[in-house]
Amino acid sequence: MSVDTKTVKKVASLARIAITDDDAERLAPELSQILGWIEQLGEVDTSGVEPMTAVIPNSLRLRDDVVTDGGIRDALMINAPQAEHGFFTVPKVIE
Amino acid sequence: MTDLTDLGIKQIRDGVRAGSFSAVEVADAFTTKVSRAKALNAFLVETPEHALTAARAADAARAAGETLKPLAGVPIGMKDLFCTNGVTTTAASNILGGFTPPYESTVSQNLWDAGAGMLGKLNMDQFAMGSSNETSAFGNVISPWRRADGSNAPLAPGGSSGGSSAAVAARLCPGATGTDTGGSIRQPAAFTGISGIKPTYGRCSRWGTIAFASSLDQAGPMARDVTDCAIMLEAMAGFDKKDATSLQLDVPRWEHGLSGDLKGKRVGIPKEYRVDNMPAEIEALWQQGIDWLRDAGAEIVEVSLPHTKYALPAYYIIAPAEASSNLARYDGVRYGLRDLPDGAGLQDMYAATRADGFGTEVKRRIMIGTYVLSAGFYDAYYTQAQKVRTLIARDFERAWESCDVLLTPTAPSAAFALGEKSADPIAMYLNDVFTVPSSLAGLPAMSVPGGLDAAGLPLGLQIIGRSLDEQGVLNAGLAIEERAGFAARPEAWW
Repeated sequence: MSVDTKTVKKVASLARIAITDDDAERLAPELSQILGWIEQLGEVDTSGVEPMTAVIPNSLRLRDDVVTDGGIRDALMINAPQAEHGFFTVPKVIE
Repeated sequence: MTDLTDLGIKQIRDGVRAGSFSAVEVADAFTTKVSRAKALNAFLVETPEHALTAARAADAARAAGETLKPLAGVPIGMKDLFCTNGVTTTAASNILGGFTPPYESTVSQNLWDAGAGMLGKLNMDQFAMGSSNETSAFGNVISPWRRADGSNAPLAPGGSSGGSSAAVAARLCPGATGTDTGGSIRQPAAFTGISGIKPTYGRCSRWGTIAFASSLDQAGPMARDVTDCAIMLEAMAGFDKKDATSLQLDVPRWEHGLSGDLKGKRVGIPKEYRVDNMPAEIEALWQQGIDWLRDAGAEIVEVSLPHTKYALPAYYIIAPAEASSNLARYDGVRYGLRDLPDGAGLQDMYAATRADGFGTEVKRRIMIGTYVLSAGFYDAYYTQAQKVRTLIARDFERAWESCDVLLTPTAPSAAFALGEKSADPIAMYLNDVFTVPSSLAGLPAMSVPGGLDAAGLPLGLQIIGRSLDEQGVLNAGLAIEERAGFAARPEAWW
């Protein structure tokens, strides 16, 4: 699989990572090489094989639908890069 | 008087119980040693007060005639992937710069409940992505080991738990926590001549451990020998209702069950692990390991794990895919770094923050993960990888019909020099060739030191066991340890 710079930029945009043109030039051959190596998986006959969902059989537990946690707003906010009046703040989204 | 930092976990525990020395003396000895070992760059944060507080509690309990807790008086190192209440936790990434969790991970809490104290937070590959500790945002960890040729080239301590391996090998702590996604406990243990075990997936809670690839991540202990690993794992493991994949099982008394007598056990040798270009010394050590286990009473059988060669490519789809999803949370809004260029909107803030905060390898893996999960590629890559994962797990199931544990080398080489492999991602990924298959199958596996290579560097042997059979793994590890008599240690230069 050969990945071009246009694809690199699209993937970076999906991943919300800003990249420069130089980054894209550097990443294209790198990702092509890694994806090319990964592609050997295509050789494996997996017809009739279920994709793995859990490495060891373990059914999901149910619990009563009750509040078990909460009331810790201030503790949750202490690491916020910017917070005001008990809210996380972000740049204006709607003009 | 013996240097207290030469003692392992069991010796410290028993010595404190017997009153041979006090827990505070032990904590003082280790905190001093940690503070003088900056050249190794193993610790990101030192927490001597935490260790001393736990030590004072142990001494007070003994003075009061109380029964001491399982790890009373034992100071340990904590990999920086575990959130620790009030102590900076960054996963060695700038994107979590200054992050101070207001809560404690289950694994670390279990250790404190068992009486252990913390010497500090250990450096690691950024978000546990790496095999050499070169992806940390806070500088490389330098292995305490050096080649015997006098070159003094700084060597990799392995990764991602490289701070843990370096600290234990350098006797800065008697034991340390590690985490293993594709080999991150076992490979660094092998590189530094110590022991480390990754338990069955689900034994140790993942709650409060910063996520890399959730279907693979498992915590485990790294220590000087098999017994110390058993003791520490007993304290770390256990059911946790806060982790949906935690196993609701009692923790076995692994230390009590230790026995190096393997009569009646069958040890499988997987022929597919004889990879091309394996150094003769690794091959020889593997044969030596086979002879040791036979001497311990085990029957040796050849087994086949036909899908072994596909484990690494499957892993490099599954792990980055899960990572790209897990790391989506670092958005500059709730914690960690925020980069807000002038006049930037919300989307620009996300992209700038993540570009600034994540290191090169982390970005590379997020990009691969995003690509393989993107529309049109999902089935060809991700679904196919999960199917191959089923086949790999099935290979192991078939092997267990003819054997009880598997013996392999831990890594395809001894420790390499820093910088030697960092230019080629695939060469670095190949370091995990022997450890990744058991990770994909969720099996317990450990590395124990087997000997030294011609350059005087440690080599490790890996034991892989059935699901939930940590005891079988530890016992085979003990049988090797008893016969290898590995006593080499790095000469202190730091």
